[in-house]
Amino acid sequence: MKVALICSLVRPEEKLLIEAFTKRDVAVDVVDDRNLAFDLDDLSHWQQYDAVVERCVSQSRALYVQRIMSLAGVRAVNTHDVIENCGDKFITTQLMLQHGVPTTKVLMAFTPESALQAIGQLGYPCVLKPVVGSWGRGVVRVNDRDAAEAVLNLRDELGGYQQHIYYIQELINKPQRDIRSFVVGDRAIAAIYRTSSHWITNTHLGGKASNCPVTPELDAISVAAAKAVGGGIVAVDLFEDPQRGLLVNEVNHTMEFRNSVPATGVDIPGAMVEYVVRLCA
Amino acid sequence: MNTAECPECGGAISFKSAPVLHELIRCADCGAELEVTSLEPIALALAPTEEEDWGE
Repeated sequence: MKVALICSLVRPEEKLLIEAFTKRDVAVDVVDDRNLAFDLDDLSHWQQYDAVVERCVSQSRALYVQRIMSLAGVRAVNTHDVIENCGDKFITTQLMLQHGVPTTKVLMAFTPESALQAIGQLGYPCVLKPVVGSWGRGVVRVNDRDAAEAVLNLRDELGGYQQHIYYIQELINKPQRDIRSFVVGDRAIAAIYRTSSHWITNTHLGGKASNCPVTPELDAISVAAAKAVGGGIVAVDLFEDPQRGLLVNEVNHTMEFRNSVPATGVDIPGAMVEYVVRLCA
Repeated sequence: MNTAECPECGGAISFKSAPVLHELIRCADCGAELEVTSLEPIALALAPTEEEDWGE
């Protein structure tokens, strides 16, 4: 068995995956996405692989790479559909709602004026997010109308068209933490609490990881969220709402787990490799 | 020897195990994020800057 691991940089996650594939006697070619040039009329080179595992740090590259693998007829982990569904927060929310997976209340608007109206309707404080983005980048808490006007004015002045798509999310009164669960195939293999005194609990912004027991409830909502975006290997971010229980916030298609292996004691890269091996069997 | 020089501060960086090509590391002296760009000999360069669509 032979896989291609396509990545932008070899982060601790990719290093752990290379080790796990090697330990499982799976030949792995590490491919730098910065050096790729695909001839769309001849993708035969890629057919030597049983699977292409995408670990690009760039969402755009990940999406195109796996679309190209689909064109080549090569098994992709994750598929381009999953990347597309997770990469756009609106699409993720849309799929949660369509599949009846509990999620946060979200309003969408396309102008600063309608966004201001929507924020007023949702109530202060709330959260404004770019539809595409990760690691907490561009995520702002809007406490009052002055703050809303300032943020909306800034977003309106910025050039990119995606800055003019306003994803407005209710602020959940969470207990200074959120939950990230790791879904591999049809079960949540591990989960962590991400705790921070800041309202954003992302570990990239200083949130601390600790083990979170995978209860049947957590497993069920995590797997339902994963299935809604198309399955595969994903990390589901959830809030604990005091009244409504677990709510899906986001789903991540190229999950990071460097802090979660020591926190949970679960061999996450090993489970990912087993999933790929099973898929190729 | 699994050692290299930080291109930012000139500090010595030693690897506990053999590095992997394109591995991302951080200089303990200056905190710069670095990429392993060559293995024999080990060479380091400043890691690419985070872009708008980077993430998980």
